[in-house]
This record gives sequence, structure tokens and C-alpha cells, in this order.
Amino acid sequence: MGDYLLRRLLLAVPTLVLTMTAVFVLARIVPGDPALVILGDQASVEALAALRTKLGLDRPLHLQYLDFLVGILKGDLGVSLVTGKSVWAEVAAVLPYTIELTVAAIAFGVILGVPLGTAAAVHRNRLPDTLTRLLSLAGLSFPAFVSAILLLLVFAIQLKWFPVISSPKMDDWGERLRHLVLPTLNLGLIMTAYVTRVTRSSMLNVLGEDYVRTARAKGIGGFAVLSRHALRNALIPVATVVGLYLGTMIGNSVLTEIVFNRPGLGKLILGALNLRDYTMLQGLMVFFAGFIVLANVATDIAYGLIDPRVRYR
Amino acid sequence: MSAVPVAADAPRGWTRRFRSNPTSWFGLALIVAVVLAAVFAPWIWPVDPLEQDIVERLVAPSMAHPLGTDTYGRDVLARLLHAARISLVIGVAAIALALVVGSAIGIAAGYLGGWFDAAVTSLLDVLLSFPTLLLGLMVVAMLGPSIENLVIAIALTELAPFARVARAPTIALKGRDFVEAGRALGFSDLRLVVVHIVPNLLSEVVVVASLWLAAAIRTEASLSFIGLGVKPPTPTWGGMIREGFENILDAPWLAVAPGFAILVTVLALNLLGDGLRDAIDPKVRRD
Repeated sequence: MGDYLLRRLLLAVPTLVLTMTAVFVLARIVPGDPALVILGDQASVEALAALRTKLGLDRPLHLQYLDFLVGILKGDLGVSLVTGKSVWAEVAAVLPYTIELTVAAIAFGVILGVPLGTAAAVHRNRLPDTLTRLLSLAGLSFPAFVSAILLLLVFAIQLKWFPVISSPKMDDWGERLRHLVLPTLNLGLIMTAYVTRVTRSSMLNVLGEDYVRTARAKGIGGFAVLSRHALRNALIPVATVVGLYLGTMIGNSVLTEIVFNRPGLGKLILGALNLRDYTMLQGLMVFFAGFIVLANVATDIAYGLIDPRVRYR
Repeated sequence: MSAVPVAADAPRGWTRRFRSNPTSWFGLALIVAVVLAAVFAPWIWPVDPLEQDIVERLVAPSMAHPLGTDTYGRDVLARLLHAARISLVIGVAAIALALVVGSAIGIAAGYLGGWFDAAVTSLLDVLLSFPTLLLGLMVVAMLGPSIENLVIAIALTELAPFARVARAPTIALKGRDFVEAGRALGFSDLRLVVVHIVPNLLSEVVVVASLWLAAAIRTEASLSFIGLGVKPPTPTWGGMIREGFENILDAPWLAVAPGFAILVTVLALNLLGDGLRDAIDPKVRRD
């Protein structure tokens, strides 16, 4: 196991370096002068030059690239052009809100999606299956901000059950929970749709396996076969696919946070965009891309823990 | 004449499976309806989507304005129909670009193999480690919002999946007898790829394109909603929701109508794509 772990971690290094290089390139594809993009057409020559020096844009490109990589190695994501605070500090300030929402949504999706997907697979091609498939496809078709607006309209504006603006005080648990319900419902329902579909197809594969038939032939009851034999194996691909879904999930949580006016990484990005906070955007890209690379490594390692066959490939 | 051998498991079977699936038909019908509505927008509802009327601001749905009017007194139905044009054009153009460039990259990697394949595969992994929306957002923010830049940004987010779908069958096909035979006859690599490999993987690539068209339209709407879409006053669905959201308390229809338009279009494409994929996927076919 130690071997496998080490190999997987080492493999992540080139991917991380390449990913960071991609961010560097992306941040420099601005046609013309980034300083001009940030300050606008009206800026004076002196202001432009000053900003270029501040951003290090007057230095040779290969040195800028080296600085950028060394900075990341030291855990430095750069400094916000607008607030002057480090990107890390800005991220750390809102991260609890985003983590809270994401974890709640994933839990919601798995708790609802796994049983639904299993039921659909067991009743394949009958009414429950058709219904689940159509509903989950509908769930996946909702752009996150459209479903968020509908939830907001019905439950916050019409019924007034939940607050319209979701920005809770973090020390009041009751309030925190009330503010979390609608955003979680929004992200969680989309997640449920996804988990349901993956569980269904994974379960269908497993149900066709010989060992499931053997278990049935031995006279083991339907539910025991499902829970003890089939589901365990069916859940392995589900775990991987949930890991792969993180990228979409991040996009959806950004949109959800914007609609519910909830503090978090989404609003941080929006703010950086509106204020042309170029360094902030770059730092946030590094953060998200790095997070996804590491999350994929974690998924792979988890996969190796669940399924010993993976380790010996 | 070079007769192109048809892969053993290609057409006939899958068209029949597709035809017998009612949900695919439903999706196809919806898509046709949306496209017709977009194409014939000026004839279906001959109202100027840009004409402002200060007196008729935020009017609730009525006979004169079936979907009401927005903050500038513009007719929402007219804007909705014209926005369909922009969304469809951007989505289709982005997917076409991603399909051509992505498939070419995937085929080249699969056909050439070796270090080139390894390099392309790891670059695709890098592209896949960016959240779709954030990658699009970053590119549009850097290049500036215009139809062309939106197409480029969305195409970039969809490049990797196309390359992956094209790469795998290329590796399988290049070892097949009919390709070997062509090579023995002294055909150039280009001819082998274009005449003998591309036609055999085209159905797979085109079929999944409908699923990604749904994703592309959703990405465009999301970018417009964030404020990185085509510049106003040009109507787009995402942009209309953005403007409507500002008046959500007084005029909820402003955000709801374009929201349903996006939902119907994306759902229709997903139904269609799902049906097509079920029809060609060997795993589903087996039983």
C-alpha cells in the first residue's frame, strides 16, 4: 500500500506543474497589456508603468514564470490588487461557508441518490426506473442558477420560509442552518440527479455478475444480496465519478452562492471579476485547479484502499 | 475507388434502437421546435426585441405582451425568441470548433502514439482539472466578452472530452486489417486517417456532441448570467435572467421565462443525446 501511495503522489507532481503552467499562460493571453485591461483606457502612462512594475510584468517572461512557481511552492498565491491582502487570507475568510455548503450538498446527494439509483436498477425498464431516469435527467438539465432562482422565488419570496439573502452569522447555529437549507437543496438536488444516474448504471453492471447470481441461488434474500453483495461493489465507481464531478460542482456552487448572495468562493470570484482584480483571479485559479488535482489523487488513493486489485496494476 | 469498410457494429442496428425509444423522439421534437422558433422569430412574434417603451415598464403578462415587459419596457417574448438565436449559434459554433479541433488532436494522439500521445494525454488531464465554468470565465475575462471569444472559451472547455472520445477508437482502428491493408498498398498516413479511420469513429463523436451541446448552451447561459456574456442590449437567455433577477420581487416572470427556455433546450438535447448514446453503446446493446 505504501508503494502505491508514493507512486500516486509522485505522479501528481508533473500534473500539478503543468496545471500551474496552464494558469500562468491563461493569465497572460490578454491581447495587449494586462495593465491596460485592469486600469482601463483612461489610465495615465505613469500609472500603467507603475502597475506593470507592481505586477512584475516588466520583467522577462521566464523570470515571471519562475517567480510564479516558486511562489506557489512557498504557498504564496499572490496579493489582491484591490484589497492588498493575500489571496490565501481572502480565501480562508470565506472557505468555511463554501465547505459547509459543498459537504451538505454531497451528503444530500449521496443519501438520496444511492437508494434511488439502486431502486431504478432493480426495477429496470419499469415505471419507477423510467420516472427516476426522466427526473434525474431533468435535474441534470437545470442550470444551477435557474433552479436556485426558482427555489428562491417559491420558498423565500412567496412562502417566506427561508431568508432571501443567505449570509449567516457563523456563531449562531440555528441561523446558520436556516440559511443553509435552500442553497443545499439547490446543489444537493443536482448532485442527487447525478449520483442516481451513476449508481443505476453501476448497479446494473454488478447485478449481471456471476457472484450475484450465485448469492441468489444460495437462497439469500433480495435485500441482503443488494446491500451485502451488489451495492458494495457498485459504489466503487460511484466514488470515483463523484470525484470527477467536483469541477462541475465548483461551477454550480459559484452560481448558487451568487443567487443566494451567500459569502463564499463564488462571490469572491465575482468580486474579483467586477473589480478587474487580475492577481486575485489568477490566485483563485491556482487554488481551484490545485484542489481538483489533489482531490483526484485522493480519489485514486481511496479507490486503492477500497479495491485491492487497483494497487497491483 | 477506396471503399470504406463499415465497422461491424455500425449503423442499421442503432438507428432501429433509436427509433423505438419514445424519449429520444420527444427530445428531437423539442429541439426542432426550439430551432424553428429561433429561425422564424421575427415572423412568429413580429415585435422588435430592442424597442424600449418607458411608459410600459415591467408590465405583467397580457395579450399585448404575452410574457410581459422588462425594465426598459421591451417585449419579453420577442427578446426570448431572438435570444434563442444567439444561444444556439454560440453553442453550435463552440461545439463544432471543439469537435473539429478536439477530434483532430485525439486522432493524431491515438494514431501517432508514443511520446506525442503521452504528451497530449497529460495536457488533456490538465485541461480537465479546471472547473468548466471557471476556465470559461477566466478566458472570457481575459479576452473580453464578444460572440467570438465566448465561442473560443466554451470550445476550450469542451476540447478534452472530444479528444478522449476520438483517441480510443483510433488506437483500436489503426491495428485493424483494412488499415494494415491500406498501409501495405502504400497509402499515406493522411489518407489512412481521413478515408479509413475518421468515417469509422464519426458516429460516436457526433452522437455525444449532442450531450455536449447541452453543456455548451448551459455554460453560455451561466457566463451571461455572471455578466460575461454578449454585451447588452443584445438579448441572451442568461443575460435576460441576470436583468430579471434584479427585479425578482416586482416582476418574477422576467427571470422565470428565459429560465424555462434554457431548461427546455438543455433537457431536449440531453434526452436526444441519451437516446443516441443508449442506441450505440455496446454495453446497453448486449442485453
